[in-house]
Amino acid sequence: MNREIAVVAFAQTDHRRTSEELSEVEMLMPVLHDVLGRTGLKTADIGFTCSGSSDYLAGRAFSFTLALDGVGAWPPISESHVEMDGAWALYEAWTKLLTGDADTALVYSYGKSSPGPLRDVLTRQLDPYYVAPLWPDSVALAALQAQALIDAGDTDEPALAAVAARSRADAAANSHAQLRGSVPHGEYVVRPLRTGDCPPIGDGAAAVILAAGQRARELCARPAWIRGVDHRIEAHSLGVRDLTDSPSTRLAAERAGAFERPVDTAELHAPFTSQEVVLRKALKLGDGVRVNPSGGALAANPVMAAGLIRIGEAAARIHRGESDRALAHATSGPCLQQNLVAVLEGDPR
Amino acid sequence: MPEVLKAPLVVEFPFTRSLGPVQSAFLTGLRERVVLGVRTRNGRTLVPPVEYDPVTAEEIRDLVEVAPTGTVTTWAWNHAPRRDQPLDTPFAWALVRLDGADTALLHALDAPGPDAVHTGMRVRVRWAEERTGAITDIACFEPYDSGSYDSEPYDGDPAEPARQAAEFENPITGIVAPARLDYTYSPGRAQSAYINALADHRNVGECCPSCRKVYVPPRGACPTCGVATLEQVEVGPRGTVTTFCIVNLKAKNLDIEVPYVYAHIALDGADLALHGRIGGIPYDQVRMGLRVEPVWTEGARYPDHYRPTGEPDADYDTYRELL
Repeated sequence: MNREIAVVAFAQTDHRRTSEELSEVEMLMPVLHDVLGRTGLKTADIGFTCSGSSDYLAGRAFSFTLALDGVGAWPPISESHVEMDGAWALYEAWTKLLTGDADTALVYSYGKSSPGPLRDVLTRQLDPYYVAPLWPDSVALAALQAQALIDAGDTDEPALAAVAARSRADAAANSHAQLRGSVPHGEYVVRPLRTGDCPPIGDGAAAVILAAGQRARELCARPAWIRGVDHRIEAHSLGVRDLTDSPSTRLAAERAGAFERPVDTAELHAPFTSQEVVLRKALKLGDGVRVNPSGGALAANPVMAAGLIRIGEAAARIHRGESDRALAHATSGPCLQQNLVAVLEGDPR
Repeated sequence: MPEVLKAPLVVEFPFTRSLGPVQSAFLTGLRERVVLGVRTRNGRTLVPPVEYDPVTAEEIRDLVEVAPTGTVTTWAWNHAPRRDQPLDTPFAWALVRLDGADTALLHALDAPGPDAVHTGMRVRVRWAEERTGAITDIACFEPYDSGSYDSEPYDGDPAEPARQAAEFENPITGIVAPARLDYTYSPGRAQSAYINALADHRNVGECCPSCRKVYVPPRGACPTCGVATLEQVEVGPRGTVTTFCIVNLKAKNLDIEVPYVYAHIALDGADLALHGRIGGIPYDQVRMGLRVEPVWTEGARYPDHYRPTGEPDADYDTYRELL
């Protein structure tokens, strides 16, 4: 691992409740053009392309192949896809660059949750024998975790409401966010979680460009160097896990080098307020760490893109000189089942 | 902006899944109103049982019976049950650690309201009247106050010795899990414009500003150049058969006599062939280069089929790039 690789550009859509007037590729393509434009690169200059999406969200088989139309994949490009959040596509691209097979990579992901019943759609990722036949929706499973945290004394409903309020207040400065500013905390959706504890449901896309070594310095004034990335998973059975903790996040962070020196910024993919409580504990984040200055997933949660956006937001802060060392986290599955941690740094100023 | 086109889209599958030996025993046990767990080498009992130890990945097969009573480890009140959930009246989701087990099982808990539920409360299984060997053979849990329970309360310790799945008659080996999701399909800007124009019997494609290819139907992006195709170009209505096949299988719910011909048709002015059925000519006389035109039926939003125009066949060189 002696090759230095950096995030050199990041772009995202405005995330909205629906993008019904656009097809997936029509929603995604402007983001691809935006991210390429920031580096001056064209598709033909990119060494490897990797995307993340799920056909289940919009109910369209092989939608990722149609999305590729927005890349301009002719002559044939070196390309891959994961049926996961784009953060895992970034992981694949990062390893590809580490091997020396490519010097640049385009990573993108998108999700259109508006065409389907998202809470029910997400039940299809659960254990098909013991759990999925009960159709426990995503809010219900997060609520079980929240209640476990309350029972353990790790949080309470006012503390969760404060996480929601802080996230949406921070999102007021993020023009891409879907829920911004003062948002009522609302009624219970599944108790103890209220509307305000849950992420907005919406459509969106994001893209980043990775580059290695000198190429990164040519493409970006202050590259966000990836010091480490790792991802880990919990046992799939919810009843086996301690829902108040996230050992997989802690281990991924350790392997990514997050605990070697303090970070100044953390972009956490916590779609539910209660999950921020778990992640802060697992990552041992002190009060000095700026958590989710973008507003996080509570302000915009385009499924399959929200994790990649955390990495993009953390990198963009380094690009802008607002952070020197940032942690980005992405999650997938129920109750923080799978977790990815990336550590990003800017050159000393 | 024109009105957004929308249509219902139902995705529905009966997923047929085979079971491993532990899953088979557990689900067969539920059919017989017995809850089985599996013991790990370090002595933990996992319910619901899995085939591999979640910590060591070791294969585990040591089945033990646990009680149908247990304790809530966490819960969440669901005031608005969703379509396929276990109960259609408000209920609590709960993780329940059954007596004799070290892990918890997710299910519904039927209780009068959130004030009647708390972590640590005692519950018992309510069995479904009809049981088939599925997790839904547990209808739900219900509050269990030992004082009002009409049989002997379970003493919780020790768990009963193993009752192997082989002891059950007709063990189940698979489950069929139906799944239905209801979507609203909307085709997006380019395809909506195409579909709307087609309803007026016009074929409107879109042109790539870079390579000038005309796509019919358009999808909004040139797959070669990766740019938006915003310039609309009317093509056809006549076209050329570039290639075809003869269909001999009668499709379900389709009132078309077999054999018939399904063809790729390059409309005049288009750089991409679309496909359609060829009629008005015996199936064995359809050929590459045949000139065709659309046939519309009353009120239809798209052509029913294409028929020969009577023009001479097109030269191969005029459509060779469109094959």
